[in-house]
Amino acid sequence: MAVYRLHVLVCAGAGCVSSNCKAVEAALQDELEKAGIAEEVKVVETGCIGTCDLGPLIVVYPEGVFYQRLTPDDAREIVNEHFVKGRIVRRLLYRPAEDAEPVALTADMDFFRRQYRIALRNTGVIDPEVIEEYIARDGYAALGKVLSTMSPEQVIDEIKRSGLRGRGGAGFPTGLKWEFAYKAPGDEKYVVCNADEGDPGAFMDRSILEGDPHSVIEAMSIAGYAIGAKQGFVYVRAEYPLAVERLTKALNQAREYGLLGENIFGTDFSFDIEIRVGAGAFVCGEETALLTSIEGKRGEPRPRPPFPAVKGVFGKPTLLNNVETYANICPIILNGAEWFAEIGTEKSRGTKVFAIAGDINNTGLVEVPMGTTLREVIFDIGGGIPKGKKFKAAQTGGPSGGCLTEEHLDISMDYESLTQVGSMMGSGGLIVMDENTCMVDIARFYLDYTKDESCGKCTPCRVGTTRMLEILTRLTEGKGEEGDIEKLETLARNIKASSLCGLGQSAPNPVLSTLQHFREEYEAHVRDKRCPAGQCLALIQFFIEPELCRGCGLCIKVCPENAISGNRREPHEIDVELCVKCGACQERCPFDAIIRR
Amino acid sequence: MVTLTIDGQVVTVPADYTVLEAAEAAGIRIPRLCYLKDVSQTGSCRVCVVEIGGRLQAACVFPVSEGLEVKTNTPMVRESRRTTVELLLSNHPQDCLTCLRNQTCELQKLAQELNIRQVSFEGERTHFPIDLSSPSIIRDPNKCILCRRCISVCSEIQGVDILAARERGFDTVVSPAWQEELANTACTNCGQCVLVCPVGALTEQDDTEKVWAALADPDTHVVVQTAPAVRVTLGEEFGLEPGTVVTGKMITALRRLGFDAVFDTDFSADLTIMEEANELLQRLNDGGKLPMITSCSPGWIKFIEHQFPSLLDHLSTCKSPQQMFGALAKTYYPRKVGLDPAKIVTVSIMPCTAKKFEAERPEMRSSGYQDVDIVLTVRELARMIKEAGIDFVNLPDGEYDAPMGISTGAGLIFGATGGVMEAALRTAYEVVTGKTLAKLDFTDVRGLEGIKEASVDLDGTVLKVAVAHGLGNARKVMELIQQGKAEYHFIEIMACPGGCIGGGGQPIPTSTEIRQKRIEGIYAADRDMPLRKSHENPAIKVLYEEFLGEPLGEMSHKLLHTSYTPRLKYRTAAPCKDQEQLAGNA
Repeated sequence: MAVYRLHVLVCAGAGCVSSNCKAVEAALQDELEKAGIAEEVKVVETGCIGTCDLGPLIVVYPEGVFYQRLTPDDAREIVNEHFVKGRIVRRLLYRPAEDAEPVALTADMDFFRRQYRIALRNTGVIDPEVIEEYIARDGYAALGKVLSTMSPEQVIDEIKRSGLRGRGGAGFPTGLKWEFAYKAPGDEKYVVCNADEGDPGAFMDRSILEGDPHSVIEAMSIAGYAIGAKQGFVYVRAEYPLAVERLTKALNQAREYGLLGENIFGTDFSFDIEIRVGAGAFVCGEETALLTSIEGKRGEPRPRPPFPAVKGVFGKPTLLNNVETYANICPIILNGAEWFAEIGTEKSRGTKVFAIAGDINNTGLVEVPMGTTLREVIFDIGGGIPKGKKFKAAQTGGPSGGCLTEEHLDISMDYESLTQVGSMMGSGGLIVMDENTCMVDIARFYLDYTKDESCGKCTPCRVGTTRMLEILTRLTEGKGEEGDIEKLETLARNIKASSLCGLGQSAPNPVLSTLQHFREEYEAHVRDKRCPAGQCLALIQFFIEPELCRGCGLCIKVCPENAISGNRREPHEIDVELCVKCGACQERCPFDAIIRR
Repeated sequence: MVTLTIDGQVVTVPADYTVLEAAEAAGIRIPRLCYLKDVSQTGSCRVCVVEIGGRLQAACVFPVSEGLEVKTNTPMVRESRRTTVELLLSNHPQDCLTCLRNQTCELQKLAQELNIRQVSFEGERTHFPIDLSSPSIIRDPNKCILCRRCISVCSEIQGVDILAARERGFDTVVSPAWQEELANTACTNCGQCVLVCPVGALTEQDDTEKVWAALADPDTHVVVQTAPAVRVTLGEEFGLEPGTVVTGKMITALRRLGFDAVFDTDFSADLTIMEEANELLQRLNDGGKLPMITSCSPGWIKFIEHQFPSLLDHLSTCKSPQQMFGALAKTYYPRKVGLDPAKIVTVSIMPCTAKKFEAERPEMRSSGYQDVDIVLTVRELARMIKEAGIDFVNLPDGEYDAPMGISTGAGLIFGATGGVMEAALRTAYEVVTGKTLAKLDFTDVRGLEGIKEASVDLDGTVLKVAVAHGLGNARKVMELIQQGKAEYHFIEIMACPGGCIGGGGQPIPTSTEIRQKRIEGIYAADRDMPLRKSHENPAIKVLYEEFLGEPLGEMSHKLLHTSYTPRLKYRTAAPCKDQEQLAGNA
């Protein structure tokens, strides 16, 4: 086997692929050839490393040197300086702040240092398209252990004792779910993986499928063995072509190696997996809608009970878990339930992957022990709010979740604590908002999403979310009326209580939680026709602060409506009648002299 | 059996009950909208919510379990139901006063039941084109409340699968695939969707104005025929019990409306038996195509033309009784009474929406004119009677006119599933054996079981027959034929569940229980008839002597028999002659 002096991991998650990591990789390879060290340095394409806004990026091992925001032109310097001469290229290193010293090693970066990676153990580390790399990291050892030494009951017991709960959102105890499916009468059962990740901003499931597909395949096989199923389905959305491609390759490799299909490991156990590609409806992430869609029908939820464990795909007992849940299974089998149960909090064991985005310095994917505080995630790992602005709120749980405010910064991020304060874990999306965010507008944004994604089957969700959105839009346009807030509350309460599925039942959450924490902002919109955050265009005007304006004339040049006038070197003025509030002047002003209020 | 508590009452019900059924057993009526017994149970409207364990659940789909505690009337429940109905109303054209379903609308009734005095929410409304393309059914999606009963009945019961939800969220609409117009689909026009629609989103094409115009025209001679199943259902429109036989009142009402002659489709049903029984015997003797299948039901005819075009030669070539009547009403009848056939307008009162389509088929002009000019459903006739101010319930009995009003019990039972078969057997037995039937009732072919079978000994020859009603059951039978597994000689198929008494033109509501009562009405009327075998109908005998000659004779062939048209399944309802395309259809 070839021995390499250096391993260069090129992040090839979908984010980096879009920022053209392939060109960087090709340039690196090219430079390696030119430098004559192609035999010494192995370039590996991995799944998502996590720091998505820093891509294209590479990590050079054995040290773990982290180079970020690369272009193909940087390849020569990296190869000649670092790979040939051993000198780290400082200008390409990560800096926590503009004026801070660069950090060379991933191990020293707060973003990585504070993570605990179980579900993401292999993403960003192995080449997802090479099964040997997975096997080298204990891949398929858990399946081997299960098939050779454990009974289905023992497997279920192990999962139950680990305390693992569903990572898709609701947090139902995974072992219990397995037990229900195991005990459900029937010869024909199915194992399904929910990879219809739909929360805007959440992409942990995609990263796992793209970066470590075998971990899901192996876990589903273990689940198949445990509940007595021979067939699995991975329901993955069509918007994840790279995940589908890598999963397809992984399935083929696993079959080739006898790790999937008939008589796995030469035992009596046979199991295979089919991919079902969804058409991108958010509601198909809801379990019953997902199952209906797998059956080839319009993806719409059906009433529960009967639950999928009793009557799932094609009316047969079905075990349904999400990608991240499956990604936790093999380590639990290999390291034992006790190991896993020691991580996290009493009721929420293990870790959780969060996708952090919004007004935050380090966006990306992080995996932390349950119970980590919001403050640690946002400020320590996420690097805080850009431009020194104030933190206002964080939305967890996507469009179905709620917002957390400054007073919640120190709560423990676990299922119960988040629910208690009116939000939810959800799939782990975490959108950070700074002081310039209008909470009414944010609620409107989320309702706009759920309203569009409502399947239209049940009345409260179909008509109710539309009516809520109409009221919210009215508020942000300065057309709010007395009684609108109360109407919102009535609608929210009833949609939540009476909708058929989780989509409708949680759709009002963003409104309810923003109302709970920022009611005065709603009232300002209705009564004073004012947007305190200065975001709702209908309610604000642009002004020039005469003290700050130097009369440079740049704003006059960019204004599309000729609404700004003034002599050079004298303070300018905006004609509010002509101003269309496009904001171009504000962006262009070098002196921050243009304000909105 | 499980025991649960509903509003403090302890109830013991079968374990497969839903909470809604259990509540009903306890005498508690839970308001509902999308749920329709035996048809649809989707839990989609959310009106029937009840409180279970502090949460709201849809009673129509929530299964009972031991010890369950249910509250059906709490502030939370009431607020939710009202909000839901108000939301529905906020996207509903509130044109109740001019809506066809005014006073029979379930949404209207529900709003009243829930004491809704205002609609708190308003906003955008959906706007869709009204589909007027079909001669039978009007589809107005703007009135649709998306209860999906029509989808259930069309796909699950009828197996025709024309209607489905399209788009999503607020833009969701029930429509044919590709938003095709109904007339351009494989819709059979059976009208079962119209029967289950709680509001005015699916209605029959209203042809009453055409009839009023004909009646008002002094130059026309307006002839009316009444289908067998109409006499046991029309009374329901005037508050009478389902199954009440109102033949006499109906005749009087028709005369008062101004029809020049009131005839009976039972007459041509008897004629159908003469032709069809002889056709069957001919096929049996000459090695013709078997099993032979009845052709009275126009919904069924369009179904087989689209779905099983390669099996069309199994159909009897007999026209339906409506069309046999129409052909004679513009040939035999004017000749007999000395009228100009061009001045005759034939109106038929049918339990059926598909008959409107049938009357317009190009094959149905053998008299030289359109044989049947206007088809009214039972509901349309009732509207005319009401508009004319006729006090239907207190009308004296009238009698049909001769000769085309003379009929037998055999013609009458065409109105119930199994009736055509039974009528045919009564005649076939006596024609083949030359003996008199000791027992006229063939009970094996009666009733609401989906597919019924019977064997009849015709003097040594055992005739195997089957009866199917509802197109879902028809499909099962056709698949047996396709697979060569149908060992029958003769099959009766009716498009609608229960046969014509459950037709798409019948009074609303039409439920399983109501169908049962109507069937009982049909057989009660049959029992009271002096003549109960088609071949004993004196008017039919005269018809053959004076005009037709003999069954299956030349004149019969011209006026009473027809041919069928292969059609494709998708995006067209037009006839198709391309064999390759048709082969791909299968």
